[in-house]
Amino acid sequence: MIELQGIERVFDVGGQQVHALHNVNLRIARGDYVSIMGPSGSGKSTLLNIIGLLDRPSTGRYLFEQHDVTALSDSEQAQVRRERIGFVFQFFHLIPRLTAAENIELPLVLSGVAPAQRHDKVQRTLQAYGLAERARHRPDQLSGGQRQRVAIGRATIIEPALLLADEPTGNLDRASGHEVVEILEQLNARGITLVVVTHDPELGMRARRRLRMVDGAIVEDTDTTS
Amino acid sequence: MTLHDRLRYAFTALRGARLRTGLMLLAMAIGVAAVVVLSALGEGARRYVINEFSSLGTHLLIVLPGRNETTGGAPPLVSETPRDLSLDDAEALKRSRHVRLVAPINVGAATVSFGGLERDGVIMGATHELYEVRHFKMGQGRFLPPGDVHHPQPVVVLGARLRRELFGSQPALGERIRIGDRRFHVIGVLQEQGQSLGMNTDDLAIIPVTAAQSLFNVTSLFRILVEASSREAIAPARRHIIATLKARHDGEEDVTVITQDSILSTFDRILGALTMTVAGIAAISLVVAGVLIMNVMLVAVAQRTAEIGLLKALGAPARVIQRLFLTEAALLSLLGAAIGLAIGQAATLLLRHLYPALPFGAPLWAIAAAVLVALGTGLAFGVLPARRASRLDPVQALARR
Repeated sequence: MIELQGIERVFDVGGQQVHALHNVNLRIARGDYVSIMGPSGSGKSTLLNIIGLLDRPSTGRYLFEQHDVTALSDSEQAQVRRERIGFVFQFFHLIPRLTAAENIELPLVLSGVAPAQRHDKVQRTLQAYGLAERARHRPDQLSGGQRQRVAIGRATIIEPALLLADEPTGNLDRASGHEVVEILEQLNARGITLVVVTHDPELGMRARRRLRMVDGAIVEDTDTTS
Repeated sequence: MTLHDRLRYAFTALRGARLRTGLMLLAMAIGVAAVVVLSALGEGARRYVINEFSSLGTHLLIVLPGRNETTGGAPPLVSETPRDLSLDDAEALKRSRHVRLVAPINVGAATVSFGGLERDGVIMGATHELYEVRHFKMGQGRFLPPGDVHHPQPVVVLGARLRRELFGSQPALGERIRIGDRRFHVIGVLQEQGQSLGMNTDDLAIIPVTAAQSLFNVTSLFRILVEASSREAIAPARRHIIATLKARHDGEEDVTVITQDSILSTFDRILGALTMTVAGIAAISLVVAGVLIMNVMLVAVAQRTAEIGLLKALGAPARVIQRLFLTEAALLSLLGAAIGLAIGQAATLLLRHLYPALPFGAPLWAIAAAVLVALGTGLAFGVLPARRASRLDPVQALARR
């Protein structure tokens, strides 16, 4: 599903070159559940951004579903994100003026799906995440856990192959954090490839495969299935 | 993303920032309203002047003594003192099929009195033909009778205000009034007309032209008004007039013939240009509104950085994001223009109500231009913010919150 070959990411910070990623080689199989852990500045978010096609590696090759995506143009990469990849962020990133239902609908709107089809999908998604009662509420009228569920609904409504979560519980209390993790794991159980970046060792230990990063390199790769 | 979805998205975005949206709409509306009102003023002045000339008669030619044309070159060897226009000149002009009516007139000032009341009045010497040439309407009685010009009857037709000032509520018809040192029978009163080309017919006393000549002790005429038989006949009538008078004045072309068309088109051009100028000045405020839209859109892009990052993460290409912001700018411009048009039209109606004499009304081209310029500046100044939005790096945009 994902194959990274010799990925380097160099930032230019005030004239100095900073290696955010250093010779990263990684393969992630379809349906896998991977956690990426490590201290701040270890490059785990940068890695997640490159996997999610939000960022481009300075050198190296990235094969996504057997296709070289490093060579794609910006709008071609946008199409891959639109159709294959879902994102869940620490700060939810819901659009404040839109209702829960409208936030969930947004990827379908961007893809130009007809309103009638959109409506059915949105309703099913709201039901699935226990948000049916909250469909018309705006983000500021929702609790943190509800907001993250809306965000997950938005990420999954396009039925992506890959779900990327950056500190999905970082801004939640324990109970709703637990709820969110369970939803993500259920999605993984149904076949979505799940990659989670986290500080939280408890969350990280739940993944079947755990990566540890230090200074832009993967230093530990534990696969509990084998 | 379909057009409908884009419009809805842009609309919710605008509704989400009410103050900002309101201010931009206000700026745009003021600009458009300024164009509408100022061009309505200019157009009102233009129409006023055109109407004034039209009330003179439709196929009118005015013959003045003297040639007021500078030709340059050496000073003339023979004197060019113009001959006066005479009644016989006027009579001669009638002999053409291009000429329908000839109305010689004479103007002077004299004291008009009735009973103990005295008033300085403008006395116009005229003939029966003037009635048709000037499209007068009678309030009471009749106009000067047709008949031999050289044996005038001592009759007078009064303007409405002059009658009121001399007679008050008493009947004027049949009374005898004194003009200068002569007595005249009041046979008619003109309908109230108001101002017409700087001369108020309400203040006139109209007497037979020969009576006026002897009253003022002159043999000349002030003007000869000629009505051509049709619009097409204006040019041949003009040639006929010049040829006839030249022959009668010993081969010297010493009269000026003004056609109403030429006056009209000159004023039309001058006032049309004036209207365009004020509308253009007003359009500057539209450009200012455009700059404001750009400024506020840039702020919007900065404030909505995280949203733009999210849209990118959800797979919106740069092109779509650019279009979203341009749609917002276009919506703002169009809404602002609509509000401005409404304000402008309301102001125009108010002006028309306050000054009923002036036919205010923004011409269609000005309205169309205002809306197009509003949309144009909105889009043109929307491009920069939209491009900036579409070029944001999604990682950095999402990192901000």
